Amino acid sequence: MTQQIPIHEGLFSWPASKPQLLGSRCRHCAEAAFPAQPDCRSCGSRETDIVELGDRGTLWTWTIQTFMPKQPYHSDETEQTFTPYGVGYVEMPGGVRVESRLQQNTPEQLQIGMPMQLQIVPFRNHEDGSQLMTFCFTAVEE
Amino acid sequence: MDVAIIGIGLHRFGRSPELSGMQQGAAAVRAALADAGLTWKDMQFAYGGSQDAGNADALTNELGLTGLQFTNIWNGCATGGSSLHAACSAIKSGEYDIGVVVGFDKHPRGAFNPQPSEWGLDEWYGETGMMLTTQFFALKTQRYMHDHGITEDALIRVSEKAFLNGSLTPTAWRQQPLSYDEIANSAMVSDPLRKYMFCSPAEGGAALIVCSPEKARQLTSKPLFIKAAAVRTRHYGSFEVFAPSQAMDVADAPTVTASKAAFELAGIGPEDVDVMQLQDTDSGTEIIHMAENGFCEHGEQEKLLREGATGIHGRLPINTDGGCLANGEPVGASGLRQVYEICVQLRGEGGARQVPNQPRVGYTHVYGAPGLSGVNIITK
Repeated sequence: MTQQIPIHEGLFSWPASKPQLLGSRCRHCAEAAFPAQPDCRSCGSRETDIVELGDRGTLWTWTIQTFMPKQPYHSDETEQTFTPYGVGYVEMPGGVRVESRLQQNTPEQLQIGMPMQLQIVPFRNHEDGSQLMTFCFTAVEE
Repeated sequence: MDVAIIGIGLHRFGRSPELSGMQQGAAAVRAALADAGLTWKDMQFAYGGSQDAGNADALTNELGLTGLQFTNIWNGCATGGSSLHAACSAIKSGEYDIGVVVGFDKHPRGAFNPQPSEWGLDEWYGETGMMLTTQFFALKTQRYMHDHGITEDALIRVSEKAFLNGSLTPTAWRQQPLSYDEIANSAMVSDPLRKYMFCSPAEGGAALIVCSPEKARQLTSKPLFIKAAAVRTRHYGSFEVFAPSQAMDVADAPTVTASKAAFELAGIGPEDVDVMQLQDTDSGTEIIHMAENGFCEHGEQEKLLREGATGIHGRLPINTDGGCLANGEPVGASGLRQVYEICVQLRGEGGARQVPNQPRVGYTHVYGAPGLSGVNIITK
């Protein structure tokens, strides 16, 4: 079986039965950030902890990427095989809005305020034969 | 103390395959010097910048190695505004009394492709396809429409006005008016924004000759005065481009703080402005910027646009030369094009696009990545 590895360390807990988005929270002002960062953008403190931000949220805004982006976009697609994808900000229970690819890619499927579920999905094949995994959100029934 | 503008120059925006970006900058400087009746040797200092067309101080190879102080400025979309701010400070300090501000650029075709590492981000953000300015403006517009009851009608009307104004502007890139239906039926690029609602990266140059008021009195009978030049960056919580996450509490955009600072410096309010240039990388942001700059309430834009209030003959004439939508965006030059157009309008030299009733107060505003804004207020 192909080995699967995260596209970047520290973005989400995985593999796990219920993967969570990972971020940081400031020990002083309690503001959260994604991805986790050592400095707090709100108060400037350097004391932050890595925390789970949750795996469900609500859609705050959305759009659809209809054309294949130039580099630095790096997928396995070609201009011919490119599939439009949704992008949105999802409000997380951890207290931050996270930008993410969305599984839905038509306006009919997307609505501000709808509940969204975190998924860890294959993004592209790595040069060494492994499969790079990224996070995305998909619309779910309440 | 005010700083005077006594010369303005532009190299036409769009595509000039025979010229480098730098040559377009030099052409703009020559035009500004000719407008002021001066020569390059009269310039004591220069501030200038470009994103993709080289170091501005290399312009001295074209214009003359006179030994002047030349400082390169790079500050994203606010490059022109930051150059002008620096020039104003140089004159106000008393160190110099006349100099030039120049911006130019020449970008490859297609959307910009910024690199994550240059913006303090990890590679995954760009690789997975989230590092696009077009996406950000669509995301911001989508939420704004939801919060303030703006419909697609307003987005279409902004573009319709832009291309109409462009058709009246000899230096504009897009000179063909587009009908409401052509815009409404153009391809969806990033929902809710369609093809004819986005500006494109382009080429061009713009330059201004600025000096002290005393010097202006000696040199010209028709000076204009910079009453305020303000540049501000984002606060924690403002909804900005290239942000993998945003805070839950939304703070004022940098446009709001730059605008307030400029009005305070000038000692006037939005109601005193006769003609304005607001950053319109897309039709959604022009709508947002109308309110962020204080020219209307959030949500009021829908009605104003339907009434034609933002047209050349309306009570809030916005982007009289067609703005970024009709001129394209050569990043280094774009902010100074706005100032150029305001000067044209205040001098009454707008021809077919002239705002009626002799406008006396003009306003310019840029916004860009990763969350900065520059505002200028200019008067007769």
